[in-house]
Amino acid sequence: MNKVLFDIQNLNFSFGKKEILKSLSLKIYEGDYLSIIGPNGSGKTTLIKCLTGILTVPNKKIFFKNIPIENITQKKLASQISYVPQVNEQSFPFTAKEFLMLARYPHLSRFTSVTQKDKTAVEKAFEITGTKEFANRQLNTLSGGEKQMIFIAAALAQGGEIILLDEPATFLDPKHEEKIYKILKSIHQNENKTIVTITHNINSAILFSNKIALLKNGEICYYGNSNKITEDNILEKAYGKKFTFIKHPFSQKTIIVPEEV
Amino acid sequence: MKKNKKIILLLFLLFAVAVILVSPFIGMENISLDTILNFNQSNIKTDIFWRIRIPRVLIAFIVGSTLAIGGMTFQAMFRNSLATPFTLGVSSGAAFGAALYVKLGFLFTLVGITGQTIFAFAGALLSIIIIYLLSKIKKGFSVGTMLLAGVAINFFFSSFILFIQYISDFTHSFRIIRWLMGGFEIVGYSEIYNTLPFIIIGTIIIIFLSTELNLLTLGEDIAISRGVNVKKIKNILFLATSLMVGAVISVVGPIGFVGMMIPHISRLIIGADHRYLVVLNIIFGGAFLVLCDTLSRTLIAPAEIPVGVITALLGGPFFIWLLIKSSNSNTTL
Repeated sequence: MNKVLFDIQNLNFSFGKKEILKSLSLKIYEGDYLSIIGPNGSGKTTLIKCLTGILTVPNKKIFFKNIPIENITQKKLASQISYVPQVNEQSFPFTAKEFLMLARYPHLSRFTSVTQKDKTAVEKAFEITGTKEFANRQLNTLSGGEKQMIFIAAALAQGGEIILLDEPATFLDPKHEEKIYKILKSIHQNENKTIVTITHNINSAILFSNKIALLKNGEICYYGNSNKITEDNILEKAYGKKFTFIKHPFSQKTIIVPEEV
Repeated sequence: MKKNKKIILLLFLLFAVAVILVSPFIGMENISLDTILNFNQSNIKTDIFWRIRIPRVLIAFIVGSTLAIGGMTFQAMFRNSLATPFTLGVSSGAAFGAALYVKLGFLFTLVGITGQTIFAFAGALLSIIIIYLLSKIKKGFSVGTMLLAGVAINFFFSSFILFIQYISDFTHSFRIIRWLMGGFEIVGYSEIYNTLPFIIIGTIIIIFLSTELNLLTLGEDIAISRGVNVKKIKNILFLATSLMVGAVISVVGPIGFVGMMIPHISRLIIGADHRYLVVLNIIFGGAFLVLCDTLSRTLIAPAEIPVGVITALLGGPFFIWLLIKSSNSNTTL
């Protein structure tokens, strides 16, 4: 059994009176590629934000490598956990290179400037994601897909062994979507990163990740092997709709086909 | 890229030096270089030059720099070009304090600082506290709401000032109006030097935290996920900036829009990297206000236009231009 990175124990989280996460327990293991799926408003983004320290959680509910997350400084956490937020329309007035260099923040000391190690990390991140051509472009001039790739590159430059992503491919065309998943796969396999990604694309979760966690109303209703998500009406119960399945011609995994309406 | 930025900074530095060197010679009384270099002969012109003009230019520079980096810091923290200490109500709070002092008819000085300055500073602090509490009380208080709250605070204090003026006699009323226009001729020089500790400490903190400011412009979520202790850093920046801007305004009066225009233009010129931006703001902000002050002394000489009037005349149209240009009011950086 691999090492447990995150151990979430009975986590409750609410915004004001609205309960988002209800007594949620989940273990995330080193080396996994975990997809988090679930209907809109089920608490996926909230869960990820709790893991990154963006949202403050009650004491002793989330343990990172056996240490309560609130006892770890934000900088230390950031040196081990990278986060790729949902890309939105907000403006980022930096070049891609400046943006990646900023991601090195957890490794910078206040009194020394950028080291060779930082430069190498940024270079490597551009290489892995194949985005070197955008290095000197302003982020605001990039397309949605290109911007998303730069965000993933920044997460790599940040150097965390875990990368948390929030719907990295949702608004992208099929070509860019595939590119994103290929990059994630290569990061997972070649760079030995643990990947935790929120997605609405159940097929990509089945095909690319080894584990799936299914959230509904702030509770985990399935956690386990990604192949078994299609069994026992698990998806039907969570989403409240019928699904039609088919065998993928190459991988032989069971996937969903779109319904005719 | 980096080389370009350094060249830009150098050019602005030369511009600033030129403005600082030329400005003291121009005014109601133009002074020639010969007069100054003639040390043996003491005359009125040398006196004006050394005792009035030189300190005034230095003060204008210090004030301009302070307002510019103060505005820059708020714009980065709130990710909005319209969010500056001035627009959020710090000046109107100070003005209220100053007006109240005049009305109450106090006349005192405390460790070399006039009562009016102390009252103005207290007023500035009051509005700072109101903004701070507002941003804390309601979670997810958006920048848009914050700016509206600033407008409300401005209205609130303005109404109070109007009320005070209404019930004041003529001389009090005139003193209040004069203060509201802002300017350097009403300033005692020792007062400005009393604000230096705030300015120096604030500036050092902002320079020190320039990388954090860069990360904050990316949004709080990203800043946190990159390892910035956002709550702490924002509190420090908010406090340092407000104190330094509040201190300056309480001495020279509300000199509007410098804190909004200069950082915005600087950002267009040199980009959003605060390690360079902060330096440009210090140089450009300082030089700009020295220039405005020179205009204020010369445009309708022998009379003076209060420098606050000049910056406001430039700033109003600029504000509207910003509003029209930015499609999304929440991120206009």
